[in-house]
Amino acid sequence: MATVKVNINGMDVQAEEGMTIYEVAQSLGIYIPTLCYHPDLSTFGGCRVCMVEANGEEVTACRAPIKDGMVIKTDTENVSQMRLINVELILTNHDQDCQSCARNNNCKLQEVSAFVGVTPERMQRLRRVITNEVKDISNPIFQRDFAKCIVCGICVRTCEEINGIAAIDFGFRGYKTTISTLGDKPILESKCESCGECVERCPTGALVVKGQVIPEREVKTVCAYCGVGCGLILGVRGSRVVSVRGDRENPVNNGHLCIKGRYGFDFLNHPERLKTPLVRKGGVLTEASWEEALSLVAAKIKEYRDNFGPDALAALASARCTNEDNYLLQKLFRSLGTNNIDHCARL
Amino acid sequence: MHEAFVSLRAEAIRKWEERQQSTIPRILVGSATCGCATGALDVITAIEQKLQETGIKAHIQQVGCIGMCYAEVLVDIIKPGRPRISYKNMTPETVAELLEDYLLNDNPRPDLALAVIGEGEVEGIPNLADEPVFKSQQRIVLKNCGHIDPESIEDYMAQDGYMGLVKALQMQPQEIVDIVTKSELRGRGGAGFPAGRKWNSCLRAAGDQKYVICNADEGDPGAFMDRSVQEGDPHALIEGMTIAGYAIGASKGYIYVRAEYPLAVVRLKKAIEQAKEKNLLGENILGSGFSFDLEIFQGAGAFVCGESTALVMSIEGKRGMPRPLPRPRTTEAGLWNKPTLLNNVKTFAYVPQIIHKGADWFTSTGTEGCRGTAVFALTGKIKRSGLIEVPMGIELGKIIHEIGGGVLNDRKFKAVQTGGPSGGCLPESKLNLPVDFDTLVEAGSMMGSGGMVVLDETTCMVDVARYFLQFTLEESCGQCVPCRLGTLQMLEILNEICAGKGREGDIELLVELGKSIIASSICGLGKSAPNPVLSTINYFRDEYEAHIKDRACPALVCKDLIKYSIDVEKCSGCGLCRKNCPTEAITGGKKEPHVIDQVKCTKCGICYDVCPDRFRAVACFTGKEKAAV
Repeated sequence: MATVKVNINGMDVQAEEGMTIYEVAQSLGIYIPTLCYHPDLSTFGGCRVCMVEANGEEVTACRAPIKDGMVIKTDTENVSQMRLINVELILTNHDQDCQSCARNNNCKLQEVSAFVGVTPERMQRLRRVITNEVKDISNPIFQRDFAKCIVCGICVRTCEEINGIAAIDFGFRGYKTTISTLGDKPILESKCESCGECVERCPTGALVVKGQVIPEREVKTVCAYCGVGCGLILGVRGSRVVSVRGDRENPVNNGHLCIKGRYGFDFLNHPERLKTPLVRKGGVLTEASWEEALSLVAAKIKEYRDNFGPDALAALASARCTNEDNYLLQKLFRSLGTNNIDHCARL
Repeated sequence: MHEAFVSLRAEAIRKWEERQQSTIPRILVGSATCGCATGALDVITAIEQKLQETGIKAHIQQVGCIGMCYAEVLVDIIKPGRPRISYKNMTPETVAELLEDYLLNDNPRPDLALAVIGEGEVEGIPNLADEPVFKSQQRIVLKNCGHIDPESIEDYMAQDGYMGLVKALQMQPQEIVDIVTKSELRGRGGAGFPAGRKWNSCLRAAGDQKYVICNADEGDPGAFMDRSVQEGDPHALIEGMTIAGYAIGASKGYIYVRAEYPLAVVRLKKAIEQAKEKNLLGENILGSGFSFDLEIFQGAGAFVCGESTALVMSIEGKRGMPRPLPRPRTTEAGLWNKPTLLNNVKTFAYVPQIIHKGADWFTSTGTEGCRGTAVFALTGKIKRSGLIEVPMGIELGKIIHEIGGGVLNDRKFKAVQTGGPSGGCLPESKLNLPVDFDTLVEAGSMMGSGGMVVLDETTCMVDVARYFLQFTLEESCGQCVPCRLGTLQMLEILNEICAGKGREGDIELLVELGKSIIASSICGLGKSAPNPVLSTINYFRDEYEAHIKDRACPALVCKDLIKYSIDVEKCSGCGLCRKNCPTEAITGGKKEPHVIDQVKCTKCGICYDVCPDRFRAVACFTGKEKAAV
């Protein structure tokens, strides 16, 4: 890849051709505020908050590719003023009850507002304009709060580009523009799969998980639902798992999750969840130790093989085990002398 | 190829001449959408009835709009051996009277006539060409509108129609592009981008498939130039697009027309069929080997789809949202990512004549840098509203005072709003400006697609700004923050100013917001939306200040800032105001002074209007006076 020379905030740097101004700035640790940009998605250029000056012209850093010899200034008076006004305009249209918001302290709009320097004095000059107060609570997992939506379109692009579903798109016109399902029906009646990828990426509190609890610490693990083996980061509070997010560093899923992996963790805290093996004694399943259960299984295997030959044995593996577990199972049974091995995913 | 056309044309001319020499009278009725809205269809029914009753033989023909809206319904009568006389403001009653007087008794009724059109004289009726409304006009794009039958390809061919195409088919594409370049034709969509440069870029763009698109999504309130061309002379557009297709190497064209123009759609469809029948469109046009197909695409009513990239997305079946910069040029990657030539209706309609008559013919009209004519829809508080076509560079004041005949009811001129909702308001001091793309932009307005709304002293400039802003903010695509929320913020501030709740500093805030919206919006809609506000602040700041500081609306328009009151000294108790008041807010006995209950009063102003001139007892107050009443 060819490299080009650019000057950014007075520094001469070399960067790969084809990179955007935003990407170059980020690689150098230069902060440019954005609201509608997301590294996983195509660029949109709608929030107009990442404006920078390039060769004397104001452009959106997220979309503008660098050119050889380009002189970029990320903090001129002009661009600062434009960013400030655009963020102020968003705030006039935003439910600002931050304390009770699930996204408090983890909100892109708060971060950007602080950076561009929103002040109460300037905000007082402007009028509050609430255009949409609808809350869509139809989905049992997450809610859509339009009073907090900044129409950045990250959810729309996520649904189309990450999950390939396109359950939502922009609807209506002008200041009434909103994120809509087909026919503006509640999200539950749309083709949304509730994968939560959009909830994960929403920069504000417009898309949040219902009854969300903030974890005190996180634990890395692998999803137990299917053989894909997505990397999970469990959020734990005390001894309870309260949240799940995808592990972006895991090469299997790059942070993506499906509805089960992301939201199907209630069973972990369920009172009827099995925590020990069960052994049938006198026709009744009874809790047993691993030692006892495994000894029983080993004895039975040995008994059947000795009496009826190794092909009297068969193993059925589970899609809910990891690939490594399944590998070991077939290895074990082949070493016992049988090829009678099957897997529930084959059915 | 040429021979086939020669015989087609000869046949068309023969039919046209035959009609001119007709021994029975011909009646032309302007029945474009505008004519129909004023009752042209009822007039036609009345004519048919009258002809049947009286047994007079005459040929009725529907024609497009000649542009004189103030005189609609227009009925032209051509009696054998007589010049064509145009009659104004016809109704079923007056037209019946006219037919009887003129066709039966040979009284041309000069009192009902507007003018004689074309050659010939009739006593007591002026010739249209000498009338102030027409004297300064020069018709190129509108030359056929109101004269030919828009549903007849032969009528069009009898007026040099398709001569441009035939000539073009004998040239190399580059030669055509060179003529367009040399003619200095600039796009009539509003921005005035040189057409030749666009055509050239499209010709040079590599691609196995190219497209020609006509932007007929005319959405400005009060603008109807493109509709008139499509309804009155659809073949000019089709011929222009076909020439463009040949010039850039496109085999397919789309006309993106508003669904709100049903008559235009009907006439275009018919015209396309006729052109195909005559092999002037479709496969292997006139045996030249060049094929070109045209499809009509009806827009769903979004103003923003007039923006080229949004229009392209709309044809592709997507939500019409302008593509943010940086983006490839439409001429290189437009529709379905193929090189696309997108021009306005009028731009295409000029092309056949430019090719036929040559670039020098076109450059002989207009000014250096802005060649040809400009078409305006002249509306608002003007005596002669209508569609006009004038040479570029004509003085703004001449349009208003000579062609338009001055302000309606002889009120005082206040401003002229040009360029539609994205344009600006220019005051009297700017009336000496020459009208062209660049001068209007310098003055803080724009030519736009050609709307021109005249405002008089009874217009509140804050209210006008509010009206236009309301339009653009509702039509924003909603994609970018400054346009979606900035215009809304500006409107909220204007609403408060008009309601007497304006704050100190609001004017500066409006300017600050307006400039930022212009600088940071994605597309032309957002970049021009604040213009009506900024230009009125620039030229009529005192009105804004009066609203904010004195809580006064000098034009007596903003309802929260005015108050109607009856002068007990002057009121004779005639009761007219009481009877007409829609909210029963006025009380008073016979021959006793009346009183307005301010709580019930909705400030509709009916009492003010109906109070007889000899009393003038109802008065309207604002500001300090209002407080004192």
